[in-house]
Amino acid sequence: MIRSITQQKPEEELDQLLEGLGRIFIIGCGTCVTLTQTGGGPEIAKMKEKLSQKGKMITGDVVVPVACDNLTRDALDEYGGRIDQADVLLIMTCAFGVQTIARQIKKMVVPALDTLFIGKETSLGEFNEICTQCGTCILGETGGICPVTSCHKGLVNGPCGGTNNGKCEIDKDKECAWTLIYNRLNELNRLDAMRKLQKPRNHQGELSPGKWRLKLETRNP
Amino acid sequence: MVSAFKNALTSGKFVVTSEVAPPKGTNLDKMAHHIELLKDKVDAMNVTDHQSSVMRFPSLGGALLVKEMGGEPILQMTCRDRNRMALEADLLFASQRGINNVLCLTGDAVMFGDHKEAKGVFDLDSSQLVAAIRRLEKGEDLGGNKLDGNVSFCAGAIVTPEANPLEPQLIKFEKKIEAGAEFIQTQAVYDLDNFKGFMDYARQFPVKILAGIILLTSAPMARFMNKNVAGVNVPQELIDEMASAPKGRALSKGIEIAGRMIKRVREEKMCDGVHIMAIGKEEVVPEIMAAAGLD
Repeated sequence: MIRSITQQKPEEELDQLLEGLGRIFIIGCGTCVTLTQTGGGPEIAKMKEKLSQKGKMITGDVVVPVACDNLTRDALDEYGGRIDQADVLLIMTCAFGVQTIARQIKKMVVPALDTLFIGKETSLGEFNEICTQCGTCILGETGGICPVTSCHKGLVNGPCGGTNNGKCEIDKDKECAWTLIYNRLNELNRLDAMRKLQKPRNHQGELSPGKWRLKLETRNP
Repeated sequence: MVSAFKNALTSGKFVVTSEVAPPKGTNLDKMAHHIELLKDKVDAMNVTDHQSSVMRFPSLGGALLVKEMGGEPILQMTCRDRNRMALEADLLFASQRGINNVLCLTGDAVMFGDHKEAKGVFDLDSSQLVAAIRRLEKGEDLGGNKLDGNVSFCAGAIVTPEANPLEPQLIKFEKKIEAGAEFIQTQAVYDLDNFKGFMDYARQFPVKILAGIILLTSAPMARFMNKNVAGVNVPQELIDEMASAPKGRALSKGIEIAGRMIKRVREEKMCDGVHIMAIGKEEVVPEIMAAAGLD
């Protein structure tokens, strides 16, 4: 399943964001951030402890089932009083959750996490970015491995000169996307796909910010 | 107009290029000194483009200086800092000012440089930049619009003959040639027997190849490159040879080795020439050439 991958903001940044705000209500989420151990029950407990030590008052806390779902509002309803008492909502969910909650509740929100990417748990405890949702999918020519996402430079015509021993120049723990694509296409006996000189990408496939409407069939009168 | 460098490439002579690096700032004295030293000795000199992602005086400005001083510049252009519009615009300017040789590069990642939070662009890649140059020459930009006035370039790219794995690099190398690259300057080669193997393959393509020669300045520098520079492999015997140099004589040893390698490349007609990179020691390039018997 695709997940929103997050990490906690540096403590100094959080301190700055919460400066002068004494009463805090904390919201976590039972989905992605619980999996990544950045905004589930145990992380909220730790955050509460830390903030209390810094003299903050925690008016309440909750782990909603799916923060980015519209039902979050109902889940938060029963905490209305405690939320009202707070100066700020400290939200330990991904940015989708933060924005959903900000839309539903008239309160300043502070994200406790940085949202890194949309990814997948590829092995136990390891998460990898798999799609940047560029709007111009080229997986059909790369054996199903995305260089736009998996190559640091998003190159579509093969590796740069920085690749070494099948790893990326920016991090030898990261695979070189083009070594992976080469190996896959070689295995499938389809290296001809890699030999094709690709034109420059269309970076305006979907103009940012993305917006898409379901096209309802028009009925004949 | 055909550039002097292109004439050299097609003349059948053993071509020598070197490079000069624009400064961090506006003081061009040192760069001008290097240009003065090299302009009548080499066939052309590359002007590096924010090398290692470190912000500097622009390669276009440096190439202009080479031109003004009577040298033959090769404008290095990476795809890291400019989108296709900015690259095309700079190419128009270069052509208009008589800078007609371009080396197309992808560019190092931003994080290696001194502006670590900057956005890496990579709108085009190196092969697409070569193709863009060929399209501009046909009087049309990448948006399909007609250009008023002609441009003409000698366009090149690079290859890493000792990359591991090699095959994906070779596929890209072939795409660069398909896109229209006329010359290739290689990443540093030290094992010339290996390089001959690469040339056996590369000779089938209609492209001029200049072997990359990086001056070794010390044994630790060689070990550092082996550890940190992708596709550079200094054999142990060369490292030992560098280490054997008496104290204070390592640079002379490096010059001797570079000269010896160039001589062998030339005598055995391995490829069309050499590209000498004396990173930070440009003033010794004439000595390297002398050691190679090229003066």
